[in-house]
Amino acid sequence: MANTNLYQSLSLIVPEIVLTIALLVLVTADLIFHKDKKSIPFVALAGILLTGYFTLIQIGNYGFAFQTSASAFKHYGMFASDPFSIFFKVIVIVSSLLIVFFSFSSDEIQKITDRIGEYYALIFGMILGMYFMISATDLILIYLSLELLSLSSYVLSGFTKLRDRDSEAALKYLLYGAVSSGLMLFGISLIYGLTGSTNLYIINSLIQSPDVNLFTLAFAVILIFAGIGYKISSAPFHFWTPDVYEGAPITITAFLSVASKAAGFALLIRFVKTTFVSYTDPNGMWQLINVFDWKTLLISISILTMTLGNFSALWQDNLKRMLAYSSIAHAGYILLGLVVFSDQGLKAIFIYFAVYMLMNLGAFLIVMLIANKIGSEEIDDYNGLGFTSPFLGVAFTIFLISLTGLPPTAGFIGKLYLFIALVDAKMIAVAVIALLNSVVSLYYYVRVLKHMYLTSPTKDTPAVSASLPNTILVSALVLATLVFGLYFSPVVDAAESSLFILGL
Amino acid sequence: MLQVGLTHFLIISAVLFSLGIYGIVTRKNAVMVLMGIELVLNAANINFVAFSKFGNFGLGGQVIALFVIVLAAAEAAIALAIVLNIYKTFSNVNVDEIDHLKE
Repeated sequence: MANTNLYQSLSLIVPEIVLTIALLVLVTADLIFHKDKKSIPFVALAGILLTGYFTLIQIGNYGFAFQTSASAFKHYGMFASDPFSIFFKVIVIVSSLLIVFFSFSSDEIQKITDRIGEYYALIFGMILGMYFMISATDLILIYLSLELLSLSSYVLSGFTKLRDRDSEAALKYLLYGAVSSGLMLFGISLIYGLTGSTNLYIINSLIQSPDVNLFTLAFAVILIFAGIGYKISSAPFHFWTPDVYEGAPITITAFLSVASKAAGFALLIRFVKTTFVSYTDPNGMWQLINVFDWKTLLISISILTMTLGNFSALWQDNLKRMLAYSSIAHAGYILLGLVVFSDQGLKAIFIYFAVYMLMNLGAFLIVMLIANKIGSEEIDDYNGLGFTSPFLGVAFTIFLISLTGLPPTAGFIGKLYLFIALVDAKMIAVAVIALLNSVVSLYYYVRVLKHMYLTSPTKDTPAVSASLPNTILVSALVLATLVFGLYFSPVVDAAESSLFILGL
Repeated sequence: MLQVGLTHFLIISAVLFSLGIYGIVTRKNAVMVLMGIELVLNAANINFVAFSKFGNFGLGGQVIALFVIVLAAAEAAIALAIVLNIYKTFSNVNVDEIDHLKE
């Protein structure tokens, strides 16, 4: 491949280059400072801050890196830097930053300080995979970055090896992940056979011709959706989620539930938008190539996902497991934003992800702080905690209310924009089902509050107090959740300016 | 004389794919499940190479197959490490017996 624009390409992937260098520095630092590893987390922190800085200065520097040599498609590449990718990269890097802060005070991570270098190196592997996944416009780059993300997270989900359930989580994640990525690769090979290319833009222009075998194409697309659906844990590929979320160390669970899901959704949206949209009609609706009935298929998947997630969460007694099912349900809501097939739906997805990151990471942080003290995530052990630890109790209440989607929290704004998009697209029945689902979710979120506040504390009820840095962290997340619930125009503006996806 | 064409390769890859899925679904031993996954990956590889040879798509497909081989090796290394770890904790590697997380 003749790369005439190599320098320009390199300037577009600066954040990824910085991440790679930071990963190498981490591995080296781990070897050099093998006696005293106290400095390693700070190296990781510096790497993430640098990456965040370089991600932000990418704003305005858009284009395709590593363009194809095919003469008809000279200006399409395998890596797109556009406002859409910057938004998701910011989500990923902010949640990575928070995860590093979580790791500072997590009990589980403190017990493995001798392997802390590998822990952070693997987290950087995950971030690198997500960064490439968000920007990839070539099926092979998509597959490779998905595997980079997966392989790092398989290891991390069983990393602490403190209990039996850690290695079990790793095994389940590995088996489901390997199967679905294998299916995805087979789908990619079929698309390669149909079109002779792996570039999404070339595929788009070739499958618009009438003599494409639609049956094979539909089969291949469904196989690829298996790989993506597993990453965003949508039904029917969600079976790994509760087990892995419960077994993995809580920092990794939180990371998987936000960052990994964001990268998966970015990939799904870009894949659908660049590969299958043939044109955008005057109302702003994307008109998709008629491989199968997109709308019916995606609506049924998202309704199935949210209903399964919400109803299974009702019976969970372990909070990590409950939050796992709740994150499945949220994936269902977010998928509805894609079903609208318009920029308005995309905007709703952006807003939802920004608030979902804040409230979900906040909830996991509280669960982690309480688990540090009482060594358990069972809901029965939370009895009376609201009285003995008022600060964490109130913060947890706010996060749970936000996850339900009630005002005046940010979660309400996320759901509001989603439902507006649905109603504008005349999908009122779907909006009603999603609304009813939120009502169901109220039950299991409030059930936690019932245990915390309506059970009187006994003498054995521990008082959980957060250290000063954790108090600041929790307050910052609570404040953001509340402020974005009332003053949400910054999020909406950011979402509106990020709508542009390079290409057609 | 019988000419070996694209169809023959596709049939082989379809058979491999189906055998791989069959192995994944029916086998209890984690190592056997991993072998099924390898079959699926290799079925995709055969597709890539066959399409690139018979479709006149250039060498792209063969390069992709090389990438996939490397990736499959990395995946097998990680998978076997995890399975080894499972064997240490549970003294067996049967996926249906490792279900402490279900309630």
